Amino acid sequence: MALLQISEPGESTAPHQHRLAAGIDLGTTNSLVASVRSGVTDTLPDKDARHLLPSVVRYRADAAPVVGYDALAAATEDPLNTIASVKRLMGRGVEDVKTLAEHLPYEFVPGSSGMPLLHTAGGDVSPVEVSAEILRTLKTRAEESLGGELAGVVVTVPAYFDDAQRQATKDAARLAGLNVLRLLNEPTAAAVAYGLDQGGDGITAIYDLGGGTFDVSILRLNKGVFEVMSTAGDTALGGDDLDRLVADWIMQQAGMQAGASHVDMRRLMLAARTAKEALSEQTSTTVVLELDGTANWTGELTRDRLDELIAPLVEKTLGPCRRALRDAGIRAGDVQSVVMVGGSTRIPLVRERVAGFFKTEPMVDIDPDRVVAVGAAIQADILAGNKPDSEMLLLDVIPLSLGIETMGGLSEKIIQRNSTIPTARAQEFTTFKDGQTAMSLHVVQGERELVDDCRSLARFELRGIPPMVAGAARIKVTFQVDADGLLSVTAEEQTQGVTSGIDVKPSYGLSDNEIETMLRDSMDSAAGDRDLRRLREEQVEADRVLEALHSALASDADELLGDAERKSIDAAAQALAAVRRGDDYREIKRAIAAVEQASSGYVERRMNSSIRSAMAGHKVDEFNAP
Amino acid sequence: MAADHSTTHFQRFDLPQSFDVDAALLDERYRDSQRAVHPDRFVNASDQERRLSMQQATLLNEGYRILKDPLRRGRYLLELQGYRFDDEHHTTSDTAFLMEQMELREALGEVREADDAFAVLGEIMERIDGDLDQLLGELRQQLDSGAAADLQQAADCLTRMQFFRKLQDEAMELEVELEDELA
Repeated sequence: MALLQISEPGESTAPHQHRLAAGIDLGTTNSLVASVRSGVTDTLPDKDARHLLPSVVRYRADAAPVVGYDALAAATEDPLNTIASVKRLMGRGVEDVKTLAEHLPYEFVPGSSGMPLLHTAGGDVSPVEVSAEILRTLKTRAEESLGGELAGVVVTVPAYFDDAQRQATKDAARLAGLNVLRLLNEPTAAAVAYGLDQGGDGITAIYDLGGGTFDVSILRLNKGVFEVMSTAGDTALGGDDLDRLVADWIMQQAGMQAGASHVDMRRLMLAARTAKEALSEQTSTTVVLELDGTANWTGELTRDRLDELIAPLVEKTLGPCRRALRDAGIRAGDVQSVVMVGGSTRIPLVRERVAGFFKTEPMVDIDPDRVVAVGAAIQADILAGNKPDSEMLLLDVIPLSLGIETMGGLSEKIIQRNSTIPTARAQEFTTFKDGQTAMSLHVVQGERELVDDCRSLARFELRGIPPMVAGAARIKVTFQVDADGLLSVTAEEQTQGVTSGIDVKPSYGLSDNEIETMLRDSMDSAAGDRDLRRLREEQVEADRVLEALHSALASDADELLGDAERKSIDAAAQALAAVRRGDDYREIKRAIAAVEQASSGYVERRMNSSIRSAMAGHKVDEFNAP
Repeated sequence: MAADHSTTHFQRFDLPQSFDVDAALLDERYRDSQRAVHPDRFVNASDQERRLSMQQATLLNEGYRILKDPLRRGRYLLELQGYRFDDEHHTTSDTAFLMEQMELREALGEVREADDAFAVLGEIMERIDGDLDQLLGELRQQLDSGAAADLQQAADCLTRMQFFRKLQDEAMELEVELEDELA
């Protein structure tokens, strides 16, 4: 007979173990890590009390990469090896980089699978690896501050990031040894930080102008539920571009020649950024430009002149704002509050235009540089399990439509933009040749009609279709977008019930094999043995399965399980517990599958029951209301 | 493990199967049920629970999407009663309707040349809204009656509403474009 566990009424029997969790804002210009400690959420500083970590990585021959302020300091002298704004390259291909490369001083070499590599003194590195270095630094900072290993993190991404950009971010986090609990959209993170859900039903617009990306999201907030109504943006528009406009002006004023050296270009950009930032506080500033071989140039830049220079780009941000309103089915006047995110929102002209557009003064109380990390930390705390009674629910959306390439190079939309995630769509296909056993699907992302005008996401190659007469096969392909906004594809031939194997070939990303290789290479040799890693993974999963089963049975076995079913579940669980202590990962995997099979009906019933009681819960409240 | 496909979206939210839906109640049921099954609740759970959570959350999102929009809801009700829509061959022999579609299309095409494009566009959008409202009223009657002949009428009504919905989307796209150009 199982031991009875006596606990206080209302208390869960599971131990309340605080898990260390953090939120990470992996920004174009600066990155931050934040965490909830003793009920207070704050960003974590380095040992010099600096909260921001410049998203800059410097590669050197025969030495470890340098990340942050030290790397930034070297940026003007060593531009080719000092990678800044790598976020702009995440999930991008060789062709994209050619357009971006005009402004970037780096040397690119083509890598495999359409991904460009950066040629540095420390070797050829992918944008994913560069981002991993930044994340590693933040991981160390967090673990040192919090005094332990991180159980998991929430990493933020621009809401308008496509699948390739999101996957690249997740890959970078894996490479850095982080367990990603969720990829969270930056505007949603900001909404969480402001806690606007507390004030009753309301519609909020989040205007997020970062270093390299622009997002606008419209959210409905009510009693803990953050429902994204729509999102729009531009992943190639940010503070960096405003810097460029100022730099162009300085170049002209200073009589600088085109084709200046990389070093001079960096100095120019730095002078432009400094001037732009100064003008948020002052109405005029002195610009000093040091160039090689010539005397320093100084000039005066006024706020009025700055406003003239940047006005067209600021206007450009209002286009996505209009689209977001339209997709949400509301007017500007329906928006009750506006939140500003990103350093560039300190610029007075930006605040003015946004206030005028939404007809409401924007909220700027929380440091616009830190607000995203703070929101991510709040969610990380909840997802890690530290707040079992939390009612917070984030219902986000996929920002761009997904389509399949069909005859004539057209994109047939299978999932609409601004659909709440997770979401799925099933589509049936058939073969066109007798005996055909394979099929290739090209998935793209975007709103245009032609495949060529959309972003190519990946090719999904289905294998193992049972050979039949042409047209007889009924292959049901399910496109599933998860809560991170990432697509996965499964396929089953319906007449014979055969699941197809699927090879995923990302258009701008690393394949599973490549990631595996990188993970293996980055680990030290002791833990690098593939089989050992698999064993650990299966053991962790086995523990989860047994723990979940134990607490489920403790709470509702009496109501939801008959004797026969209970016996078979117990038997399977015991078998799993036995092999878990062994070292054969395949055996553990089989035992887990056996437990899943024995308990599948039970798990499903539990979930349906929890849905019903959640829906009924409200009725009870209303009845008991005073 | 299969998700429960025999449940209708109405059953999923414990709502009566009818065209009229209490919008506030639907919202509440949706939020409450998502709170119970959303993947965010199962981040540390077993693979099995995570898969099931994703399936359930996906079904809830799908059900909500369909039930909260009258057009989709109407179509769904007809499908539940065995009616099959063939999107490729939707035709209507209602000449008055076809004429109106052509007029509206032309009018949209001429908006840019108008002196006050926004006002003209605004009028067109109001007209489309009015047409949709009227058809919505007809749809409601036809679906509530339940008689077979009325179901066929309801299907026709939905087909026409779909045309208007598409025009509405185009009009809104045009409005956004005009606003962009003006800026």
